[in-house]
Amino acid sequence: MKKSVLLLITFVLALTLAACGSKNANNGGSASPSESASQSADNAGGDVSGSFIASGSTALQPLVQQVSEKYMAKNDKVSIQVQPGGSGAGLSQVAEGTVQIGNSDVFAEEKLKDADAEKAKSLVDHQVAVVAMAAVTNKDVGVDNLTKDQLVSIFTGKVTNWKDVGGKDEKIVLVNRPASSGTRATFEKYALGTKSQDLAGSIQEDASGTVRKLVSETPGAIGYLALSYLDDSIKAVQYEGVEASADNVASGKYPVWAYEHMYTKGEPEGAVKAFLDYMLSDEVQNGDVTELGYIAINKMQVKRDVDGNVSNK
Amino acid sequence: MKAKTIDRIMTGVIVGVTILIIAVLAGLIGYLLVRGLRHISFDFLFSPPQTIRAGGGIGPQLFNSLFLLVLTMIITIPLGLGAGIYMSEYAKPNRLTAFIRLIVEVLSSFPSIVVGLFGLLVIVNKFGLGFSLFSGAMALTVFNLPLMVRITEQSLRGVPREQKEAGLALGLSRWRTITSVLMPVAIPSIVTGTILAAGRVFGEAAALLFTAGMSSPRLNFSDWNPLHHTSPLNPFRPAETLAVHIWKINSEGLAPDAAQIAAGASAVLVITVLLFNLGARWLGRVLYRKLTASK
Amino acid sequence: MNLPESRSTADPAPPQTGKIAKHHLEEWRGKAYVYLCVLLLVVIIFSIVVFIASRGLTPFISQGVSIKEMLFGLKWAPEDDTPVFGALPFLVGSFSTSLIAALIAAPLGICASIFMTEIMPKTGKSVLQPAIELLAGIPSVVYGFVGLSVIVPFLRHTFPGQGVGIMAGAIVLSVMILPTITSIATDALRSLPAGLKEGSYALGATRWQTIARIILPTTMPALLTGVVLGIARAFGEALAVQMVIGNAPHIPHSLFESATTLTSIITLSMGNTTTGSLHNNALWSLALILLIMTFLFVFIVRLLERRVKRS
Repeated sequence: MKKSVLLLITFVLALTLAACGSKNANNGGSASPSESASQSADNAGGDVSGSFIASGSTALQPLVQQVSEKYMAKNDKVSIQVQPGGSGAGLSQVAEGTVQIGNSDVFAEEKLKDADAEKAKSLVDHQVAVVAMAAVTNKDVGVDNLTKDQLVSIFTGKVTNWKDVGGKDEKIVLVNRPASSGTRATFEKYALGTKSQDLAGSIQEDASGTVRKLVSETPGAIGYLALSYLDDSIKAVQYEGVEASADNVASGKYPVWAYEHMYTKGEPEGAVKAFLDYMLSDEVQNGDVTELGYIAINKMQVKRDVDGNVSNK
Repeated sequence: MKAKTIDRIMTGVIVGVTILIIAVLAGLIGYLLVRGLRHISFDFLFSPPQTIRAGGGIGPQLFNSLFLLVLTMIITIPLGLGAGIYMSEYAKPNRLTAFIRLIVEVLSSFPSIVVGLFGLLVIVNKFGLGFSLFSGAMALTVFNLPLMVRITEQSLRGVPREQKEAGLALGLSRWRTITSVLMPVAIPSIVTGTILAAGRVFGEAAALLFTAGMSSPRLNFSDWNPLHHTSPLNPFRPAETLAVHIWKINSEGLAPDAAQIAAGASAVLVITVLLFNLGARWLGRVLYRKLTASK
Repeated sequence: MNLPESRSTADPAPPQTGKIAKHHLEEWRGKAYVYLCVLLLVVIIFSIVVFIASRGLTPFISQGVSIKEMLFGLKWAPEDDTPVFGALPFLVGSFSTSLIAALIAAPLGICASIFMTEIMPKTGKSVLQPAIELLAGIPSVVYGFVGLSVIVPFLRHTFPGQGVGIMAGAIVLSVMILPTITSIATDALRSLPAGLKEGSYALGATRWQTIARIILPTTMPALLTGVVLGIARAFGEALAVQMVIGNAPHIPHSLFESATTLTSIITLSMGNTTTGSLHNNALWSLALILLIMTFLFVFIVRLLERRVKRS
């Protein structure tokens, strides 16, 4: 009995070691296909093959992930890896060529500045969706609408009590995002028109779920969220009397929105191009994009350039 | 008389504090289990997660956690054993040894986020391994290794000197003495220590955010060829572990039942750690009994 | 190290040469293996230091940030038109959370270890010890999750402020470092020579007198070692703290006001910045500070251990 247990353990150990040996051998073999990430395009036959990596924005990741799975189910010769890591990471990786698609919440020119400006020029922008943001408050503050000036006063600390903007007598608690956040950049640029301040006593969270939780629980809290995160636990306020809705964004009435970008280094080819085309197809735009709470790019009646100039399409 | 009263009071305080600690632990575990157990079902444990719909599971995450643990252990155990053997048997009491001891100590107190960043910089970007299970395993190795070294060293030192001398006196080489005389005696405590260390690996998240990634590509559980992309066994795919999944779902979850999934996943994680602890004790005891009785 | 070799070469019997050669080969292989493992350890730690330093020093060397500004500056505004990198608020946040956590955890941990060694060793071993080991095994994300759903709301209702802040972080951390402090304290108390205690009891001292006058003073350096290691762990903890501390880059006015630690700002911003940008490199500088702090903590532990040995 005693001996047999011992024997069993020895056997298991030996097996583990053996597995170790064989696994190492396998590692060597599998390294090449997954790493090379080559795009051996085969357009002649009509179908494409190849493998590539799309990395970057965590806000865009659910969409790219879902669409890539659908696409791979249709084209079994294509293999796509989606890696979240943040817009900054995605842009630097695509510019360095370590990944084939860099997902970003902001224009590359806004992230790759100064010394890196050259890198931004080599990147080609593919706008695949629009994400809109709304200012959200705790349910108790008693405010339905905020003007641009009021928002600026709140987010720069000039107004610290809700009664000054028409609400009840309660201290304002800011739930901002960290200075590096793309969501914050969009909100500052299109809702405030100015930089907000990292005020003492304000809360900063990068993650939308945490922002929602804190705003819903903290009395007097205000923050901002992408439309897909809105629910009953918080209150979305109107901006200059306009409700944050997909229709108002599409018609250009509601200005606080940004493109979701997928950048490639140079014009895309082969499998990457085919995938990006699929991303922009009506099937995906009217299906997955809308389903996941983004706004379809083909619905937009206005367009915007990197400097924020809006024009009719 | 007065000294006696003080003695009684202080004993009361110490017992009180101890009860408080146990109460905190019981409250913590109770809170997690009460909130989480309701959501644990066969379906929850084995189905893939959902992005926006309710009813997602944690199947791939659970598998990833276990697979990553195995990968990490495959790298760590041989290296840790080797370095541990060096520290207890080969190291001479000189400056070099003191230096190596210092290194082990520093390595074991590195913040996991620093290890994760190092992994991002070197393993993920420089070696071009990308966000993958393998990168994650290497990062975890970095801070599991010192633990393993210490466990091995202490276990080997716990072996009575006579046994070692007997081996050497029999004309065995030193290496042979270590592997066939010292190791069998030291194994129970090495196994216990290793399993406890494994529990730590299982719950690690900060280092993995930057190395194994936060995405979980759909896995094809009928394809066990490690070379295929959708194969669960492919070590070069990005993988989200259970601990990272809890972090992500808490912070970015879009699904309407995100809070419940986080609670359920936390409960699963705690239960697993509990099993590791109990398993380590049980196995250590059993091994000890078998090995000491049969010797 | 030469012992077995000299022994086998001293063995004169000629028919055993084959065996000796085998011995040598075996021994040589074993030795090569363990030396390789140790070499790897050294390589790992050097590469960590070199790589993080190479990134973390860039802002000071070539991007015009002064070390003084980084260490004593009060304003952290990395994305402004003229970016400012003052990391003092993060240093204050890190130090205050980990010190307060130690202040909470140290008395608790030491009490628990006295309970386990002096008062009820049996119950201690069968109930308390497994309980504490379990605390050590609970993953940090789970602590953060519980902190955000239980401790933050509790503090928000009990004290003025938003609940998040240094106090919330310190409470979460104190539970996390309790096992470290307890296990080291228990080891120290157990290794105390029995004669010391028995002498005290023989002189008619009560248990508490023995604990307070003999046991605690003699084991003090070892107890402090545990506390310092606990602080080191608290200092480096990232996710649990980030979830409950609020992350405003300012020195807070109270313990219940949003603050930031070194680890939490790194977790928040690393993915959002591009490689090579000044902001990104400044975050690596913060990681370098964390690294240097680790060395400092190990150094303090070393000093304490030397005192343990002397006494």
